[in-house]
Amino acid sequence: MMTMEQQLVEKVVYQRPESLSEVSTHYCPGCTHGLIHKLIGEVIDELGIRERTIAIAPVGCSVLLYNYFELDCAEAAHGRAPAMATGLKRVQPDKVVFTYQGDGDLASIGMAEIIWAATRGENITVFFINNAIYGMTGGQMAPTSLPGQVTGSSPMGRDVEMTGMPVRMAELLAGLPGASYVVRRSVYDIRTIKDAKKAIRTAFRVQLAGAGFSLIEFLSSCPTNWGLAPYEALGWIKENMVPYYPLGDYKVADIVKDLK
Amino acid sequence: MARELLKGNIAIAEAAIRSGLQAYFGYPITPQTELLERMALRMPQLGRIFLQAESELAAINMVYGAACAGVRVMTSSSGPGISLMQEGFSYIACSEVPVVVVDIMRGGPGLGNIQPSQADYNQLTKSAGHGDFRSIVLAPSSVQEAIDYTVLAFDLAEKYRTLVIVAGDGMIGQMMEPAELPPMHQPATARPNWALTGAQGRPKNIITSLFLGAEKLEKVNKRLQAKINRIKSEEVRYENGLTDDAEVLVVAFGSAGRIAKTAIRDARQRSIRAGLLRPITLFPFPSKPLDRLLTDTKNPHGVKAILVVEMSAGQMVEDVIRVVRGRVPIYFYGRSGGAVPLPDEILDQILTLAQHLDDTPRFNINHERELRKAA
Repeated sequence: MMTMEQQLVEKVVYQRPESLSEVSTHYCPGCTHGLIHKLIGEVIDELGIRERTIAIAPVGCSVLLYNYFELDCAEAAHGRAPAMATGLKRVQPDKVVFTYQGDGDLASIGMAEIIWAATRGENITVFFINNAIYGMTGGQMAPTSLPGQVTGSSPMGRDVEMTGMPVRMAELLAGLPGASYVVRRSVYDIRTIKDAKKAIRTAFRVQLAGAGFSLIEFLSSCPTNWGLAPYEALGWIKENMVPYYPLGDYKVADIVKDLK
Repeated sequence: MARELLKGNIAIAEAAIRSGLQAYFGYPITPQTELLERMALRMPQLGRIFLQAESELAAINMVYGAACAGVRVMTSSSGPGISLMQEGFSYIACSEVPVVVVDIMRGGPGLGNIQPSQADYNQLTKSAGHGDFRSIVLAPSSVQEAIDYTVLAFDLAEKYRTLVIVAGDGMIGQMMEPAELPPMHQPATARPNWALTGAQGRPKNIITSLFLGAEKLEKVNKRLQAKINRIKSEEVRYENGLTDDAEVLVVAFGSAGRIAKTAIRDARQRSIRAGLLRPITLFPFPSKPLDRLLTDTKNPHGVKAILVVEMSAGQMVEDVIRVVRGRVPIYFYGRSGGAVPLPDEILDQILTLAQHLDDTPRFNINHERELRKAA
């Protein structure tokens, strides 16, 4: 039986990761950016790599990412983060370099850069935040917007005759020989959040082992531009996005299996 | 180091390598591809970084990333590729990382051709990208100068933390001349304190060109403008020859400047007092030196006419007009689309306008047209 004094001692069971800055983010209530930032920060702390990790921020809602992580950060032009990461990593191979990109940044304007980073097997990590919409600019159609999805630039619903079908990036990149670890996760419930964190850890370990290109596609929500309340938005991911973008491992190279 | 016969593109690559270049990212485009190929061969030999990017757009962003690490890095291209890189130039200039870019200019606009040209002048000097910034632009006129200004480019880029462009034309890239390379310098191991090297034992560094809020961004712009003003007052470079008594002042840069020297020699042999002002920095433009030549009281005859010669439809001539402010008539001779003027063409221009020197009115477009018809 503990003494009164022992009982009254504070025991910290959880705190802000050192890798996350002590600022409030600008993200909308219910936005999954905050959650994913937190998971990344926790993993960086657990791996003890904060002081040698460099982040490259995209253009999109997470454009101010450099304010939220206690890491050296660079701001890339729209879509160019994988090219910037290539330059930065190749001249400093001992550092851990990751990009954090939305669906417009990575799959639209940045399509060439991401395909080439994966093709070359660049030893970087890419966090791809897929919320099927262009958030920062107010809700236009994204390459990953679903058929019939109403957005600012598809007011009658996405017409796949005109725009093509949504693009599945995890499947596309997994088919490239240079990709070592390409998986799709989400963060809409406790189970998926835990799986997402495990994948982040694996991805960084792939880079630390020099084992090639790693990418995690996170199915994410945008309550504001979907016009849904935060909790409903999480449900929308599960009901509408997961059937088209199944969660799972799309490429796990042998070298990555050996890491486990 | 001994003099050796070197192709311009190769010489530029070697000069950069010997300046301690750590990384090169580029894309093939005529007439500079030999530069990329030389880097592909030599950089891995020396344990440095070479990568052929998927496009010029990707290349400049790789350069930007490597520059954030505080190492010496460069790319090279020609007009169509430079246009793709302009987005990157703006980001690089605003975020103040040192970068060197080589433009071996070719006939344009559009896909153009692969012959020499100087028609990227406006693009490089007036605005290498969107927003308020200027890059330093160096214009060699020989293989030796291409070497020397490539070495200088890295020093200036680091001194001012800015973009420096070495602007050659296709002829300079392709021609072979005896020249001397500098001794080898290894890449520096020390990194500047602003570089992204990992936040070990120090607060994090951020390299960005995003500054939300007018107050913040106006401060940044004022800082960039102050830098540009320092560059203007301290980094002007030019060559002038036979100007002590010149009545006809030829203003030309790069290969055009070199060809003009022959025409000026021939003009002098015909008793015409011709001289040359050859800008070496296209930005900062040698405004004061040009002005001094016009107002030089020691010149017994005074400059009575200026002939601007360019391998373009006339871009630098606008800077000359701006500086001269109508004090002296300005004539222009240009070849476009990759055509290179012969010395005799320039000589003809000088001879024609020399006939009217004493009764030349102030700058008169119709008079200029008459001269061109007679030429």
